[in-house]
Amino acid sequence: MAKKEEITEEVKEKTEELKEKEDEVLTPEEKNILKEALSRETIESTQQYITKKVKGVVFGVLSPKMIKKMSTAKIVTPELYDKEGYPVDGGLMDIRLGVIDPGLKCKTCGSKLKECIGHFGYIELARPVFHIKFVRHIYDGLRCTCRECGRILMAEDKIKKTIKEYKRIKEKEGLEALRRLTRSTISPLKSVSKCPHCKAKQEKIFLVKPLMFKEDEKKLTSIQVRARLERIPDEDSEVLGLNPKVVRPEWTVLTVLPIPPVTVRPSITLESGERSEDDLTHKLGDIVRINQRLFENINAGAPETIIEDLWDLLQYHVTTFFDNNIPQLPPARHRGGQPLKTITERISSKEGRIRHNLAGKRTNFCARTVISPDPMLGINYVGVPFIVAMKVTVPEVVNEWNMNYLKKFVQTGPKEYPGANYIVRPDGKKKKVTEETKEAMLEELQPGYKVERHLMDGDITIFNRQPSLHRMSMMCHKVKVLPYKTLRLNPVVCAPYNADFDGDEMNLHVPQTEESRAEAEILMQVQTQIVSPGYGLSVIGCLQDAISGNFILTRDLTLEREKAVELLCAVGITDFKKLPNKKTITGKEIFSMLLPDDLDFQGASKAGEPVLIEKGILKEGVMDQKTIGGEGEGLLLRSLHKQYGPDATIEILQRILRLGIEVLLQRGFTVSYSETELPPETVEEINKTLNVAEEDVQKVIQSFHDGSLETFPGRTLKETLEMKIVEVLNKARNLCGSIIKKTINKKTHISMMAESGARGNILNVVQMSACVGQQVLSGRRIEKGFSKRTLACFKQGDLSPEARGFVRSSFKKGLNPREFFFHSITGRDGLMDTALRTPKSGYLYRRLANAMQDLKVEYDGSVRDAANRIIQFSYGEDGLDVSKTESGKINIKKIIQMA
Amino acid sequence: MVHADLKEYIGKLPSSIIQELEETCPASKMKKVAKLVHEEFENSRISPGEAVGLISAESIGEPGTQMTLNTFHFAGVAEMSVTKGLPRIIEILDARKTISTPTMEIYLHAPYNKGKDIREIAMRIKETNMESVAKDFAINVVDLKMETTLDAEKLEKLELNSKKVQKILEKALAKEANVELNGDKLEISLKGKEKDLNQLYKLKEAIKDVYVCGIKGIKQVLPVRRKEDYIIITAGSNLKKVFELDFVDSSRSTSNDIHEIKKILGIEAARQAIIDELLQVVETQGLNVDVRHLMLVADTMCISGDIKGITRYGVVSEKASVLARASFETPIKHLIEASVIGEIDYLNSVVENVMLNQPVPLGTGMVKLVSKK
Repeated sequence: MAKKEEITEEVKEKTEELKEKEDEVLTPEEKNILKEALSRETIESTQQYITKKVKGVVFGVLSPKMIKKMSTAKIVTPELYDKEGYPVDGGLMDIRLGVIDPGLKCKTCGSKLKECIGHFGYIELARPVFHIKFVRHIYDGLRCTCRECGRILMAEDKIKKTIKEYKRIKEKEGLEALRRLTRSTISPLKSVSKCPHCKAKQEKIFLVKPLMFKEDEKKLTSIQVRARLERIPDEDSEVLGLNPKVVRPEWTVLTVLPIPPVTVRPSITLESGERSEDDLTHKLGDIVRINQRLFENINAGAPETIIEDLWDLLQYHVTTFFDNNIPQLPPARHRGGQPLKTITERISSKEGRIRHNLAGKRTNFCARTVISPDPMLGINYVGVPFIVAMKVTVPEVVNEWNMNYLKKFVQTGPKEYPGANYIVRPDGKKKKVTEETKEAMLEELQPGYKVERHLMDGDITIFNRQPSLHRMSMMCHKVKVLPYKTLRLNPVVCAPYNADFDGDEMNLHVPQTEESRAEAEILMQVQTQIVSPGYGLSVIGCLQDAISGNFILTRDLTLEREKAVELLCAVGITDFKKLPNKKTITGKEIFSMLLPDDLDFQGASKAGEPVLIEKGILKEGVMDQKTIGGEGEGLLLRSLHKQYGPDATIEILQRILRLGIEVLLQRGFTVSYSETELPPETVEEINKTLNVAEEDVQKVIQSFHDGSLETFPGRTLKETLEMKIVEVLNKARNLCGSIIKKTINKKTHISMMAESGARGNILNVVQMSACVGQQVLSGRRIEKGFSKRTLACFKQGDLSPEARGFVRSSFKKGLNPREFFFHSITGRDGLMDTALRTPKSGYLYRRLANAMQDLKVEYDGSVRDAANRIIQFSYGEDGLDVSKTESGKINIKKIIQMA
Repeated sequence: MVHADLKEYIGKLPSSIIQELEETCPASKMKKVAKLVHEEFENSRISPGEAVGLISAESIGEPGTQMTLNTFHFAGVAEMSVTKGLPRIIEILDARKTISTPTMEIYLHAPYNKGKDIREIAMRIKETNMESVAKDFAINVVDLKMETTLDAEKLEKLELNSKKVQKILEKALAKEANVELNGDKLEISLKGKEKDLNQLYKLKEAIKDVYVCGIKGIKQVLPVRRKEDYIIITAGSNLKKVFELDFVDSSRSTSNDIHEIKKILGIEAARQAIIDELLQVVETQGLNVDVRHLMLVADTMCISGDIKGITRYGVVSEKASVLARASFETPIKHLIEASVIGEIDYLNSVVENVMLNQPVPLGTGMVKLVSKK
């Protein structure tokens, strides 16, 4: 009669339980834990801070005695309520088990709804039943012990040796190793045919799934099984892998069933006033009903078959009470036909107690809405709508010095902006601020009180977008309260959140204690997260328009002085000492205004040209993705970060961003259809290349047919052909690319975007204006569809480019039906790929995170896990923090240069 | 050899940095540079308490969402098709015993590494069966015999002759058939009293699969030039047998089967192989993940001296905490097992403390304040 220990919500209760259990099961070691826990409780329980700490959780099996001891009621009737709707004494909703109705008081502890945590009850089972979850242990216990004398089928001296070995392994290698050892020690015992103790002959015992034990074709009843298990001495059960201190083998066959408190299975009152009971209550009702019938039948001396049947039914109900998902058993169902959710289903799986309620936490003081961009907002700020700011509050403790400041909020009340919603008395009682109570509260307010005031500019919040795959998916932003109803963020932080503005929503959390605010501000603010811990480069950087703008500025523009000053003012620069005293000012000079005076930087642009900054002046090169972009590019930003620190970097980045956007605002930036137009001679040239390619392919196919094609080593003839064709076609497309690159007007905005890396690449341009190219499906040309052909409009065995998914047209010209079809094949394939990949990689991520989450760096620099095993002697072999390095390395070259 | 000014930093700086300094820094600046580098190094050290495990998991898991699922990958003419992308990462981290595309890269000793006889060597490594050395299999219905003509040219390349083949066949078919050499033809007749045509047909199929020479398990070979060397890429893997060949440079040849490496070369080699394989996938996908993260994963997998996958049967099952195991997968199983031996969870890792609403023992939660009473 065992009951798997419910280790859920009430840990406190658990400690109390432990106290009771003390004499029965605890080792001295465990007693110490308990003693310590209890003594702490008395010393450390100061007013509102919880200083208690759970030091350990002990697992064990409940004995029948224990179940009765911890119970407050014996349940004898399946009835729930009487005519008045009052819970029946001895029924499943007995108020000794706790209360779920408002107004009633718990008979056991005297507390009301929500205060009473509930109490266990029990049922005396008419006949013992197996506990489904311990079937394996029962089976092992039966097979490995003697049917006559109950000793384990192992010689006396070997038992001693085994137990010694168990102890050694347990101490040295841990419990998992012990389990493995136990398993391997037991398995040879199953085939022993003669008891070494009493020399009795052993019969083979089989388990007929799910729960019937057969010895020599005769069924073993649970009474018999229990009797056998009872005979196993403590010492022998230890060999079986059962710790005699916490479990006796016979406890795995239940004679008493604990009834979970009603608070675990509350009933819901429907609108019609009808009560709808919890699944567990239903199941328990079945158990009690059958149990009572079984009792009656036994007492009345009913025929054996009837008793057998009832017994089996009781076994079924108890089994499904624990687990309603057993392969060989039909699941117990509601009247409607949907399966009941019993204990196992409650605990396991993603929606179960452990992953959903225990490991997953929910919070108050948070907000979620659609996001939208605001480049004028500081990078480490978040725009919060008034509506949110007035609901989500920050508690501030009243003291002498801020009394008047806080009183003002209370005075304003909850309905106007910077107001307050609640005040909290030192004893923890919360009071709502209303128009009526306002005045009284102002009187009452004194040091030690807390005022929950509205969110204000500069408050610390944590901003998050799911899926939170990164540590940069949760960053600390300061608040800027703004009108309208969306959360606003600077587009620069889109990259770390992986956000866009096509309807994305994000979450905002407001830390409620000083500690958490301090941690958030110091460890999580946006500027501290610039460098990715994944690869040691900047994740945050300019994007899209900001890059285009800076690119244009530093490459092409020369402005009049007035214009330049106007631009810089818009960016926020007021000190023009650095600006050269000339009539016209180049874009490079304007850009240099943003840089610190002592910055030296050498790098390369996307096109591979050198970028040189000396003493804070951009001497050579242009700004593009490679220098100011995000997501692992942006080397200029990385150097800035290294040299001037996070705060300065964020400041400069903000200015660079605004400058880029400001340039585009003044100059205008648009893309037109005509930009994809090619000059006639280029069109001619491209046509020629494609024609040549197609002819070449024809030649290759020809040589394949007449057998003159030479096979590549290790390939079949067909594979060789495919490879050659793909090679020719790819070459042709690349040739188109270089032709376009050569002839494209560098002034067109499309080419600027591609060249600067702001958006798109040259391939996109080629696809738009020249040729879409070969469609590839899982590494090959398209071959699927009909037999030996892709579409019904082709001949069988047609290997020509157009029959195998080569799209010759450009997007501008438009695709013909066949081409369109091929193009949509690959398009669909891409969609499928994403759809299939997401859950796979999500699972991989979960496993990785779960396996490694407790690794940490110790003070000695070693990496250890929770059991204090050393995983690495020095993190990453050199002890460097990736986010403090440049792409994982210390930049020695730079240090040499600087020195 | 080490520059005088560098000597004091030996042991303080990692050897890779010392080496780089030695190679790149002009001697005149050495003292100053070394000092600066050391300073920089100290500043870049990881902070105690940092949750490095989670950071590594994030750094590998996050790019995982960007990887392609496309299993196969032919890069140009001279590559084998190998599992790449996410499936390969999953395969490595699961520590699968049988991987979907085992391959080896075999480096050769001089002079073979310069391309001498590369094709012949490759052919010798490849597993060869009867089908590929025989020209034809003819069945003589009248005498109930089978006749096979051997491909002399091929045999020569493989350093075989028909006599040897006869011996091999005899050995392989000792119970079923007699093999006689008749000129360059092999005559195969059934043993036993009752002979029928059906048996002969079956025999024919069986003979085709008889292993003749080469290394078992190597299905395909491809000589390729890699930088300076000519190497042989194979489909199928058998490190042990390949290392026994005297022309193979066993110090450079590798397999992508991590369990095999563990068996032949030991756990340290396996750890390195995990890192290399992961890095290769990450790089071919055009993603950026620091090696340190991969090292940490490889170390967690290999810490027990055996390769444990990142699964509920592997690394996770080794965890000390019941609640941590239960929160991953199959919670009931873990709770039952814990209850039977009276396990105690001392709440040393992360999830348990999250469950109990207590600070986790990492980062800022690692620090404890002790107060005098």
